[in-house]
Amino acid sequence: MLRIFFVTLATLFIAAPALAHPHVWVTMRTELVYAPDGRITGIRHAWSFDDMFSTFAIQGLDSKEKGKFTREELAPLAKVNVESLKEFDYFTYATADGKKVALTDPTADYWLDYNDQVLTLNFTLPLKTPVKAKELKIDIYDPTIFVDFSFDKQNPARLVGAPNCKLDVQLPREMTFAEGKKLSEIPADEKNTTMAWGAQFANKLLVHCP
Amino acid sequence: MTQVPRLRLTQYVLLVACILLFAAAIDCALAQPFGMTRGGSPAEIGGFTGWILAKQAEFYRTLSGLIRAAKADGSAAYTLLGISFLYGIFHAAGPGHGKAVISSYLVANDETWRRGIVLSFASAILQAFTAVAVVGIAAALLGATAKAMGNTVRVIEIVSYALIMLIGLRLLWVKGRAFLRLLRGEQQAHHAHGHDHGHHHHAHDHHHDHDHHHAHDHDHHHHHGHAHSHDHDHEDDASAWSHAHAPEPQELTGKHWLRRGLAAIIAVGLRPCSGAIIVLVFALAQGLFWIGVASTFVMGLGTAITVAAIATLAVGARGLADRFAKARPGAGMLLLRGLETAAALVIVFFGAALLTGYIVSERLMGV
Repeated sequence: MLRIFFVTLATLFIAAPALAHPHVWVTMRTELVYAPDGRITGIRHAWSFDDMFSTFAIQGLDSKEKGKFTREELAPLAKVNVESLKEFDYFTYATADGKKVALTDPTADYWLDYNDQVLTLNFTLPLKTPVKAKELKIDIYDPTIFVDFSFDKQNPARLVGAPNCKLDVQLPREMTFAEGKKLSEIPADEKNTTMAWGAQFANKLLVHCP
Repeated sequence: MTQVPRLRLTQYVLLVACILLFAAAIDCALAQPFGMTRGGSPAEIGGFTGWILAKQAEFYRTLSGLIRAAKADGSAAYTLLGISFLYGIFHAAGPGHGKAVISSYLVANDETWRRGIVLSFASAILQAFTAVAVVGIAAALLGATAKAMGNTVRVIEIVSYALIMLIGLRLLWVKGRAFLRLLRGEQQAHHAHGHDHGHHHHAHDHHHDHDHHHAHDHDHHHHHGHAHSHDHDHEDDASAWSHAHAPEPQELTGKHWLRRGLAAIIAVGLRPCSGAIIVLVFALAQGLFWIGVASTFVMGLGTAITVAAIATLAVGARGLADRFAKARPGAGMLLLRGLETAAALVIVFFGAALLTGYIVSERLMGV
């Protein structure tokens, strides 16, 4: 009886974040920037917000021409966006040959633009130390699901200056019932090693280099 | 009283606890981003949970298109309201709509399910009203930025969370003391029996009209003068909420519970839903603020249904526990009072966690 109770308790608390819900949808275009020596130096994101959030974000901002905004006019908002993303690690998680890669704060050349009622945030996350990796993995997701990320269908991601490397874009897919069941059977206090989570359910970039 | 009822009582108490925990768990999205830096995995999405999540996202995403469509074609407004209603129902399964606080409040205070439904609806409608007021005043009248609105909401949140904590502390003071006294009373058993007759009698009279205490029904059979130590909490219950030791006219007509519940309604309903604010601003930008307002209130109705359903479950489970507690006056009462104290603790925990930012109810990113 007690055991059932505590298992229920644990399950509920673990399930809690999953019941959060997105209020912001982001369509991503991502570029991985390489140095001539084949080391990756940074991740360049262009995140377009959904129409409702775009409209919300520009509410009350002044512009010379109604309904149009220049980069300069959007600069204060861009600053707030980038600064508040820091708290969430820019939702970007990278590993090189299985080792976690440290990213620094975005370079100062970030900006917002507003076209066709869509707000797009452009920023580059440099690697703390550029690395050369046979296998590079980049996950982009919001664990709390407040922000729902997905890659742009036409231009999801590309490599810039990478020598002979191959890029795979993996889109998140719906979990099957069997997988959900299997997952729920993993004890709460045990690390999930049997199911490769990120690989299957996050927006993932995989780069293989010789 | 054999083992059977006790076992069942324990089960019912656990059932109430589980429902409260469930409400609590889905009411707060734990601030995971901090934890994720240590290299976790994305939150689990699957089965029923995933379905709710997908549905509410689907509904929300069609709202903007429908608001745009309503501009050209009035009949799209009806579709918009329908979708807003469904969105409200599904959305309330997520954080920030006071399921945990309301359910715990009902359990701790031993309120009826009808009152639970009234509290759920009142707080959901107030929540819609706050969203309309924030956007209507800040954005529509003053032309405030999203950032300014975000700051306003944060101030409202602090007030709301502090209020939740205060309600919890007050309940904890009342229920916790009743529990402790009962605990002590149990130990002394029959010794305390005849001591404070007059005093008890007072409290009892008052409580008689006061409502719903099952302990009271029980005492009743023993006649007033013989009140056991359970009577203590009746007295406290009354004084804590109204500071009145004599019944007032409203109390006799049973209206006072609403006054008592007003604090809970305000605490939960004060904080506007981020989704509603975004929808309202979008509607405003389309020049259709009124349709955003209608959508927000319909959303509130949907939300109220979900919150009321969970609250009713909690009240129902408590009711069952009460019935079994009556069968076992001593230990049963102790367990019930313990449950009430625990429910009060849950409210305190929520208020404190929300206030300190340990739990993020909802956030408005980057604005």
